Amino acid sequence: MDARDRAKLKALSNKVAVIGVGNTPFGPYYRTRDPLRNVYSLGFTAFKNALEDCGARKDDIDGVILSRIPSYSKFCGMVGLRNLRLTNVLEPGGRMSGAAFQWAMEAIACGMASMVACVYGNIGRSVRDTYGGDWGDPYNDPFGWTSPGAFIGSMWQRYMYENNVPDGALGHQAVSQRKWAQMNPNAVMQDPLTLEEYLKARYVVKPLRLYDYCLVNDGGVCFILTSAERAKDFKKPPVYCVASSQAASHGYYYQQTDFLEDACRINADQVYGTAGVGPKDIDVVQIYDNFLPTIFFSLEGYGFCGKGEAPEFVKGDRTAPGGAMPINTSGGHCSESYMQGWALHCEAVRQVRGECGPRQVPNVKLSQYICSAPIGTSHIFSGGKI
Amino acid sequence: MSAEYTKPLPRPQAMDMPYWEGLKKRELRMQKCRDCGKVWFPPAFGCPQCLSTNYEWAKLSGKGKVWSWSVFYQVYYQSFAKDIPYNVIQVQVDEGPIMISNMVECKNEDLKCDMRVEIVFDDVTPEVTLPKFRPIR
Repeated sequence: MDARDRAKLKALSNKVAVIGVGNTPFGPYYRTRDPLRNVYSLGFTAFKNALEDCGARKDDIDGVILSRIPSYSKFCGMVGLRNLRLTNVLEPGGRMSGAAFQWAMEAIACGMASMVACVYGNIGRSVRDTYGGDWGDPYNDPFGWTSPGAFIGSMWQRYMYENNVPDGALGHQAVSQRKWAQMNPNAVMQDPLTLEEYLKARYVVKPLRLYDYCLVNDGGVCFILTSAERAKDFKKPPVYCVASSQAASHGYYYQQTDFLEDACRINADQVYGTAGVGPKDIDVVQIYDNFLPTIFFSLEGYGFCGKGEAPEFVKGDRTAPGGAMPINTSGGHCSESYMQGWALHCEAVRQVRGECGPRQVPNVKLSQYICSAPIGTSHIFSGGKI
Repeated sequence: MSAEYTKPLPRPQAMDMPYWEGLKKRELRMQKCRDCGKVWFPPAFGCPQCLSTNYEWAKLSGKGKVWSWSVFYQVYYQSFAKDIPYNVIQVQVDEGPIMISNMVECKNEDLKCDMRVEIVFDDVTPEVTLPKFRPIR
């Protein structure tokens, strides 16, 4: 990236803010079935809650970006949004939550839309989604090779081999996230989890065990963005996007031999460079945990610790409530709700606002979102100019 | 035996016919760029390095190493249910590319990263031969 691009990114800093976040219940929806529940109803509820959160009128919204909700005309028709200046549907993958946020931000920054709602719905539990099976790939399926959990698991197997990591190293992070979830009344998982229980759990695809996997549950999420100028007119203090970045690790296979390190390094350079801070300045971070190894790859790739040091870094409750580096303070995908990064965005915003109740991290000035996937994204949020 | 074979099978296309035909003839072939020398997998229209479409189907050594491995306990395919726990390996062939396969003639407990392997041709039906691998002892 040359100096002109860096200057443009600096100029974008704090120009767009999140004014509203909304979600459906997660815990209650995990324990009940409802024939009226589908991705459209989940998106409807989340959208309504995000509007209520910021006090914007429905007609203020002039842009909509959806993911995992397949039809924009059906969704916009059912919530009565007309004359939109920006409409898009992104593929259902979790990597798209950060990308949706960025495209909304970009459109607002250049005036192509003034207030954008990003909306997501996931009906995974009701339809018994397993995120695996015969996908018709002639080079994978004949060998029984399927599921993102297996892809990440194979990277973790290699990581353990290269770094001499003992089995069970992921357990510390699983236990820490469960502690956070127990302080979040909306989290699906409320029971305590011990390291012993973690180790006794069944393998899904070895080397990963049950608690290394995200949940599969029903829910919806919405966030609403507008320009910094307009953001001051709404119910709650704006949460500014200080910096944002995207870097891809495209390839035929999801698993990458560099543990996604190159893309993480590019993202870290862009977000920290734009914000003028480093990992040590971040007060709280939400890291995309489709499977727990992704957190470890991210911590190393972004420079929270050195290469091969993540297993030691997460020990001793460092990432748990009261720890020096709070990670996934809602419980994350493994213990709160698997909303493919969407609910992690809400948590990142709520931590800046200081509205997280018992799990609130004190004095949050900088809050970060990280997703390391074939499209890797990161944002840094703040309540005021830094 | 094909009557009982229920696992997913490839449907060879124009692009990858030489790959599957090669396996039936006991050869592991991949595309190799005649301009820059790059070998790639899976089969594709042109070279991912220099974008040349001038390539050959090169016969490879059939040897490589295990980049990584997994063991499936979850049933994602009914046709694999009786094989659980079954292994899947990522083989990095000596010519560079990584391919997916299963390790044969080896217990799951003995799987290790970087172990040397060689190809075994598994005629799963009269039409399809799958590339499997076994440890080089």
